[in-house]
Amino acid sequence: MNLLALSVTELQSKLRAGEISPVEIIDALDAQIAAIDPAVGAYLSRDTAVARELAAKADVSLPLGGIPIGIKDAISVRGETCGSASKILSGYRAPYDATAVARLRAAGAIPFGRLNMDEFAMGSSTENSAFQPTRNPYAVDRIPGGSSGGSAAAVAAGEAFAALGSDTGGSIRQPAALCGCVGLKPSYGRVSRYGLIAFASSLDQIGPLTRTVRDAGLILNAITGRDPHDSTSLDLPTTDFTALLGRDIAGLRIGVPKEYFISGIDPRVDASVRRAIDHLASLGAEPVEISLPHTEYAVAVYYIIATAEASSNLARFDGVRYGHRASNPKGLLDHYARSREEGFGSEVKRRILLGTYVLSSGYYDAYYLRAQKVRTLIRRDFTRAFESVDAIICPTSPTPAFRLGERSEDPLQMYLADIFTIAANLAGICGISLPCGYAEENGAHLPIGLQLLGRENDEARLLQIADAYEQSTPFERRPPTVAA
Amino acid sequence: MKPDSPTFDVRQVAQLARLALTDDEAVRFQQQLGQVLAHVEQLKSVDVSDVEPTAYAQPVFNVFREDAIRESLPREDVTANAPKSANGLIVVTKVVE
Repeated sequence: MNLLALSVTELQSKLRAGEISPVEIIDALDAQIAAIDPAVGAYLSRDTAVARELAAKADVSLPLGGIPIGIKDAISVRGETCGSASKILSGYRAPYDATAVARLRAAGAIPFGRLNMDEFAMGSSTENSAFQPTRNPYAVDRIPGGSSGGSAAAVAAGEAFAALGSDTGGSIRQPAALCGCVGLKPSYGRVSRYGLIAFASSLDQIGPLTRTVRDAGLILNAITGRDPHDSTSLDLPTTDFTALLGRDIAGLRIGVPKEYFISGIDPRVDASVRRAIDHLASLGAEPVEISLPHTEYAVAVYYIIATAEASSNLARFDGVRYGHRASNPKGLLDHYARSREEGFGSEVKRRILLGTYVLSSGYYDAYYLRAQKVRTLIRRDFTRAFESVDAIICPTSPTPAFRLGERSEDPLQMYLADIFTIAANLAGICGISLPCGYAEENGAHLPIGLQLLGRENDEARLLQIADAYEQSTPFERRPPTVAA
Repeated sequence: MKPDSPTFDVRQVAQLARLALTDDEAVRFQQQLGQVLAHVEQLKSVDVSDVEPTAYAQPVFNVFREDAIRESLPREDVTANAPKSANGLIVVTKVVE
């Protein structure tokens, strides 16, 4: 048995049967990270001593008792460094736990390790980390996706059993797809954003990256719920997100949006997703062609709204209360301008500039307000579609993982990598990516992801369909090349 | 009011954003963001008359809470992350001349 390849659910039963202890699990992970991570670069840091202490006291009867969970560097864990992989926050230690982390602890889980990401979650390749690139465990010359690339690569490479990521325009689902794992973006408001370093507050959601659909549901069970620290967190009745797993999906209607099957998709991605649709049909689900007519505008709307919100959110990095401060400033303006110039990377600067521009006097109506109106139209497309279907199916990413450096100086090409994931954030609905095949290239098997989108707050249904596919998956699973 | 083509001046916007730029960055960002702005021009072809803007996807408005005193972080935890602090206070760059 390879302990490191187990799902959270499998690990849990071994823990409860006393076949393994939480401390042994931390030690096994620590050894795996030491052996593999030099080739992958998923972790920015980890504090094994603290994790061992927590493991020694872990109560395995709790829902996630004794399960270590890797944390994206944008999410606060009290006492640990937390910097959104930016130089501007180097040395910063979180003075409190994010609510999602506090809830993981309450469920018995052990936060373990800081996972790499694109700086401030701005990117689709994790190449924008100020510290290191992360490499795809299935082909180390390729990107793992982003921005939660460290989280996805760690789960894929056996360096984590599960991880938290954050998704503003696909940052959980796209790396999950490219690394062959499961990534769930909950509906907006399902999970408190308190303690998540903000990128775009109307779009950001924390969610799990896991090996199985069930594991994603277990983690969502732990982290969901109203939080007085985040007024956008929703006060909904308690749900067990795994409650529908295993139920027959016969008769469920799955929308196939014609706008998502366009020329320009890698033919191997197209073929894998179509095969998945046929498979769901063989399980009794009913594929229905639908239209989401405003799909083509989603990327443009997103890059106006997300950058506008980011320019406002990132104004807090002024070198006063925390973070990098330029030395010997010539007055306060010079202090601000140089601290920010020295602390932020290129992509962050580009987005702050774009966001500042679209909010500036004279351009607000033409760009920002117009984008918010088109956002309404995109949301209406989904509302209409969900009147006649239970879920929507499409690719997660138009291509498998691309090579490091291939798009890093072409922001527009990079932005188009998010073309299939962005609309879910704009509409506030939930979405999941799960493996549905591989694209063979030069002997490497590059994972392909299938995306399912669900009604807002209908995660239980989404997970039911995803699990039905996963449990009867019609392709042979392959281990990553990097894992021993 | 409504520009037909982007009139994006990277230096001026950088000043609004309190962001210094190197000459190389100014040239690169001007060109790269020009391309992005050209891409978003497509939104001008959408009919948005009588469409309300969406600020948040979930229809939740006016969330109130009790205006009650709550525990806050200890002062030493707050100043621990400041670039410069003294006597439990954050030392800042001179604001007034």
